[in-house]
Amino acid sequence: MTITVLAFGVAKDIFNAPSIQLELVNDATVMSLKYTLEQQYPRLKQLSSYLIAVNNEYALPEDYIHQRDEVAIIPPVSGG
Amino acid sequence: MMSSSPINILITDEPLDVTNCSQWVMTPESGGIDVFIGTVRNATKGKTVLRLEFEAYQTMAIREIEKIAAAAFEQWPLQKVLIHHRTGVLQVGEIPVTIAVSAAHRDAAFTACRYIIDTLKQTVPIWKKEFFEDGEVWVAAHP
Repeated sequence: MTITVLAFGVAKDIFNAPSIQLELVNDATVMSLKYTLEQQYPRLKQLSSYLIAVNNEYALPEDYIHQRDEVAIIPPVSGG
Repeated sequence: MMSSSPINILITDEPLDVTNCSQWVMTPESGGIDVFIGTVRNATKGKTVLRLEFEAYQTMAIREIEKIAAAAFEQWPLQKVLIHHRTGVLQVGEIPVTIAVSAAHRDAAFTACRYIIDTLKQTVPIWKKEFFEDGEVWVAAHP
């Protein structure tokens, strides 16, 4: 399946785009998504950390991603 | 106009109105009102800051702020909570965030206000980029 990953902050700079398209197996886990992202964008590994949000909620590594989910990469937040 | 909800949350690219924020949380039952006003400093770690830029993942940021406000009401006897955050480019001295809390007694207002800003800085998907004379950096992005 193809999913769109929304990007913000430094992740948007790394992708050089506000979102990217990624090809994943059906019902991939968040962990495998991160692995695929880091394969294609090695600079992600230089970040102090990052999380994945699925449908506007922080996701766990073992959570599944489905076709119509809204997926975002969340670099370290720094609001306030 | 009077809102029926005791929680007022806003993410906007317009300047924040601190006076209206503090007035909004005031109630006849309020014995204490605590306000936090974040401001853009002109230096960080001894280095001159020219301006800041804030970006939000709007839908998720609102949801996370709602969770923080709900948690504050669960933990302390509060009357009203307001959390406003600005996005876009802000100059030195401008206000990126205003938090206002009212309670019958000051201790709850003080503690809840501190909890809200501390937690916002940890969980809400808003990002800050610092602009220097010699470049720019996303805060907290790298070790």
